[in-house]
Amino acid sequence: MQHEGESGGGLVSIRTIDIVVALIMAGIGVLVVIDSLRLGAGWAGDGPQSGYFPFYIGLFIIAASLGTIAIALFGRKQNRDAFVNSVQLRHVVRVLVPTAMFIALVGFTGIYVASALFIGASMRWLGRFRWPLIVLVSVAVPFTLFLLFEIWFLVPLPKGPLEDLLGY
Amino acid sequence: MEALSSLIDGFGVLGDPMNIMYMFIGITLGVLIGVLPGLGGANGVAILLPLTFSMSPTSAIIMLSCIYWGALFGGAITSVLFNIPGEPWSVATTFDGYPMAQQGRAGEALTGAFTSSFIGALIAVVILTFLAPLVADFALEFGPAELFAVQLLTFCSFVGMGKEPPFKTIAAMMFGFALAAVGQDPTTGQLRMTFGWYELLRGFDFLIAVIGLFGIGEILLTMEEGLAFRGKSAKINPRIVLQTWAQMPKYWITAIRGAIVGCWMGITPGGATPASFMSYGLAKRMSKRGGNFGKGELEGVVAPETAAHAAGTSALLPMLTLGIPGSPTAAVLLGGLLIWGLQPGPLLFIEQPEFVWGLIASMYLGNIAGLIVVLTTVPLFAAILRIPFSIIAPVIIAICAVGAYTVNNALLDMSFMLIFGVIGYVFKKLSYPLAPVVLALVLGDMAESNFRNAMVLSDGSLSIFWSNGLVGSICGLAVFMLLWPAISYALRRLRPTASRSQGEHVAGKERSTAP
Amino acid sequence: MSYRLLVRSLIPATVVALMVSVAGVEDAKAEWKPTKTVEFIIPAGTGGGADQMARMIQGIVQKHGLMDQSLVVVNKAGGSGGEGFLDIKDSTGNPHKIIITLSSLFTTPLATGIPFSWEDATPVAMLALDEFILWVNADSPYKSAKEYIDAAKAEAGKFVMAGTGSKQEDQIITVGLEQATGAKFKYISEKGGGDVAKALVGNHAQSTVNNPIEQVSFWKAGKTRPLCVFDNERIKLTEKVTADMAWSDIPTCKEAGVNIDYVMLRGIFMPADVPADAVAYYVDLFKKVRETPEWQDFMAKGAFNTTFMEGEEYKAWLKKAADTHKDLMTKAGFISG
Repeated sequence: MQHEGESGGGLVSIRTIDIVVALIMAGIGVLVVIDSLRLGAGWAGDGPQSGYFPFYIGLFIIAASLGTIAIALFGRKQNRDAFVNSVQLRHVVRVLVPTAMFIALVGFTGIYVASALFIGASMRWLGRFRWPLIVLVSVAVPFTLFLLFEIWFLVPLPKGPLEDLLGY
Repeated sequence: MEALSSLIDGFGVLGDPMNIMYMFIGITLGVLIGVLPGLGGANGVAILLPLTFSMSPTSAIIMLSCIYWGALFGGAITSVLFNIPGEPWSVATTFDGYPMAQQGRAGEALTGAFTSSFIGALIAVVILTFLAPLVADFALEFGPAELFAVQLLTFCSFVGMGKEPPFKTIAAMMFGFALAAVGQDPTTGQLRMTFGWYELLRGFDFLIAVIGLFGIGEILLTMEEGLAFRGKSAKINPRIVLQTWAQMPKYWITAIRGAIVGCWMGITPGGATPASFMSYGLAKRMSKRGGNFGKGELEGVVAPETAAHAAGTSALLPMLTLGIPGSPTAAVLLGGLLIWGLQPGPLLFIEQPEFVWGLIASMYLGNIAGLIVVLTTVPLFAAILRIPFSIIAPVIIAICAVGAYTVNNALLDMSFMLIFGVIGYVFKKLSYPLAPVVLALVLGDMAESNFRNAMVLSDGSLSIFWSNGLVGSICGLAVFMLLWPAISYALRRLRPTASRSQGEHVAGKERSTAP
Repeated sequence: MSYRLLVRSLIPATVVALMVSVAGVEDAKAEWKPTKTVEFIIPAGTGGGADQMARMIQGIVQKHGLMDQSLVVVNKAGGSGGEGFLDIKDSTGNPHKIIITLSSLFTTPLATGIPFSWEDATPVAMLALDEFILWVNADSPYKSAKEYIDAAKAEAGKFVMAGTGSKQEDQIITVGLEQATGAKFKYISEKGGGDVAKALVGNHAQSTVNNPIEQVSFWKAGKTRPLCVFDNERIKLTEKVTADMAWSDIPTCKEAGVNIDYVMLRGIFMPADVPADAVAYYVDLFKKVRETPEWQDFMAKGAFNTTFMEGEEYKAWLKKAADTHKDLMTKAGFISG
C-alpha cells in the first residue's frame, strides 16, 4: 500500500466520521423500531409477529451505535487521523461522480449508450488515453454486452432512443 | 454393484459426440454466467432453458447441468481478481482469494479455487452415485425447526468476535438483518419497512449488496491510492498450476470437511452460500493456519470452494430422487424436466434410467471438462490484472451495473449498488466488518421464516428446538461453535506458544494515515 | 441463432430496412405485428408454476417459429408479484409487453395494499385453469376428505397445512376449508410448491392443497394420496395415473361434503390502452400455442382444466373471480388495512 509522492491536508478526522456514521446507523435503527411497532412487535399465540425480530434488531443497532459514539467521544485512544485527505478525496470523487452520472443516465439513454459514454469519459479523464483506444474500448464493451444479453441470452437490459431507432 | 453398471451405461450415453459438444458449450456458457455478477446459476439456466426445447432430454440436461457446473467454477474468478463475487456462493472466496491476488498470487488462488471446486464436486457426485436413496430420506427429516437450527449453526460457526470493535461488529450484523427484513414478510405477507415506497417491495437483494459492498467499495478504496496501483502484476507461468497442486494435499482435512459440510447443506437444503460461509468459519476455527485467514491463505480459498461446489452438486440429489428442488437452480432444472416431457419425482430413476444415469455420468465428465476449461483460462484471467486500472475500473463498474440490473430487472437496483459501494468504502475505513452484513442478509429471511414456521408448529413454544435428537444436536453444536472462540482462547492461554491472530483490516487503517 | 446474429450485426442494413418499412406502414395497417422484442413478465420467481409455464410458452414459440420477433422472459417477483403488476401498470400503451398471471393478480393488491387492480391491464386470454387438490400422506389412515376433516375437527388446531406463500391461494383455500367445515389448521408457508410437497412427504405437515403437477409424481410413487379436488366438476382425464386411479376418480370436494371450490387462473394480460389488433394478435398467438402437441402434453401431465377464454367472456369471468377473491379474503381477514 504505497502512496503517491503528493500529499494533501486531512479534511475530517476518523473520529468525526465515526460519530456521524454511528448517528446515521442509530437513525436507521430508530426507523426500524418505529416500523416494527406499527406491524406489531409482540409474541402472538402462534409465534412472533411481523415486527418482533426487526424490533429487537433495531434496538441492537441503536445500542451498538451509541456504544460506538461513546467510545469515539470518551474512549482512551481517540483516532484523530484524517479519514480522508484532499488528494484521496479527489481520487475517489473522480470515480464516484461519473459512476453516479452513469447510473442516472441509464434511465434516459439505456445502458449501452450510457456505458459507452461512461467508459469513454473515464478512460479520458483518469488515464488520458488516445482517442482511438478510447473509442475502441468504449464501443466494444457495450457492443459485446449487447450481443451477450440481448441476442444470446435473451435478457432485455434497459434501452433508450438509439436502440428504438435501430428497431430494438 | 447395481449403481456401478448403471453408471457405465450412463457413460455410454455420453459417448455421443453431440453430447460431449453440448457439455463443453454448457461449461463455457456457465463460466461466462459465473463471471458476470448478477446473472447467477438459476437465472442462467432459466434463460437458456427454452433454447434446449428441441434437444433430447438427455442432451438438454447435460448442457444445462454443465452450465450450472460452469457457473459454480466461474463465480470464483471475479472474487479472486477484483473482490467482486460473481455468484453468492463465492463471497467467502473473496476473503482470502482477493488478498492473494493483491500479493501477486492470483494464479495460485484461482488454481486453488478451481481444484477445490472440483474435489468438492467429485466427493458429492460419488455420494450421489452410491448413496442416493439413503441420503434422500435424510433430506426429508428436515422440517422448519431443523432448517432453522442449520441456519443458526451456519451463523454461529462463522461469526465470532474478530479484531473489529465489538460494537461495530454487532451494528454491522444487525444492519444486515435489518436489510433482510425489508420487503414482504414471508410469513404474514405484510410489507415491512417499505414506508409506502413500492420500489422496496422486492427488498434488498443479497447480490446487489455484495456487488456494492465488496466490488464497488474496493474500487473506491483502490482509487484512494491514486492510479499508481498494483505494483505486482501476477506472474503467469503455466507451472503455477502444478506448484499449487503440490501444496493442495496439505489441506486435505479442510477439503474433506468442506465437502461434508457442502453435501449436507446441499441435501437438506441449506444452500451453497451458507455452506461456503460455514466451511470457511469452521476452517478458520479448526486450522493451525486459522490466524492467517483473511490475509491471503490458500486454505481460506479451499474451504469455501469445496463446500460451495459440493453443495451445488448434491442439491441435485433431492431433485433426482424425490423431485424436490435442493437449490434455486435445481428448481429451474426441475421445471426443465416438465418442458422436455419428463415427470420429475421419486420414479424418475425407474422410469427414465437413461436420463438419470446420463446426467450423473455427465456430472463426472462435466466437472473434469470444467476443470480443464477453467484451468486453461487461468493465465488469461490473471492477465486481465495487467490492463491499466483506468480502463478496467469503468468496465468493471459498467458490468457490475448490468449485473445489478439483471438480478431483479430493476433500474433502481443500480443506484442501490452504488450506495452499497459507498457504504462498503466507509465501513472498511471505519473497521466495520462486511462479512457479518452479507451473512445476515443471506440468512436473515430464511432463518426468520423457518423460525416462525417452527413456532406455528409448536404453538409458540421454544422447546421444539430440542424436541428430537437431530434438531437438538444441531442446536447444541451451534452453541458450541458460538462459544468456540472463548474455548480456544482459554486453550491458547494454557499453551502460550500459539500465535495470536492479527487484524484483518490493518491494511485499511494504514491507508488512511497520511504519509 | 447465428443467422439472426448476422442480421443484427448488419445494423446499417437494418436501418435502411426500417426506413423502408416505416414508409410501408400505411398499407400494412390492417394487421398488427410486434416490431421488436416482446417482454413476457412473470410475476413470480424462477422455478415456480408460472415460470415453468411461461418458459414452456417461450420454448414453443421459438421451436415452432410462431413469432418473427423474439419473446424474452423477465421475472419480477418482488412483493408476491406486485412488482410485475406495477410494471404492467406503468407500461400503459406498450404492445410489446405481456404478463402471465396467477391468483396473485387478485390476492397481492388486496393483501399488501399496492395500487393495482386487474382492470389496470388489458385481458388477453385465459390459457388454462389450475386445479387444487387436498393431499395427505399415503401413510395416514384417511381415505376420504370427510374422514380427514372429521379427524382434524376432533383434534382442533393440531393438524398442519403447508402451502405456498402467505395470504395467497393456498392459505385462502385453507381458510375457506376451515370456514366451510369448522375444522382448524395450523398453516405454515413455504417458498414454493416443491417445498410444500416435501413437507407433506416428510410428515412435517398432515395435508397440502398442491396443484396436481406438484404432487403427481409422489402420488404415482405411492407416497401421497389425493382426497378431493376443489372444483365444481371432476378432472376429465380418465387415463390411469396409478395402478387403480385416474385423475377423474378423485371426487370433487363438494361430492365429499366439503362445500368449497377454487381454481387458479393461468392467463395473459397486456398493459392498458393497447391497440385492439395487438390484442387480437396475441389471442391468435396463444391459440396457436395451445394447438401444439407440447402444450397439450404439458396440460395433461399437470391435469390442468383447459378452458380457453378471450374477449368479453374472459372479462366477465375475471370480474366474478375478483369478487370471489375479495369476498374470500375479507372473510379470512386478509385485507391490508
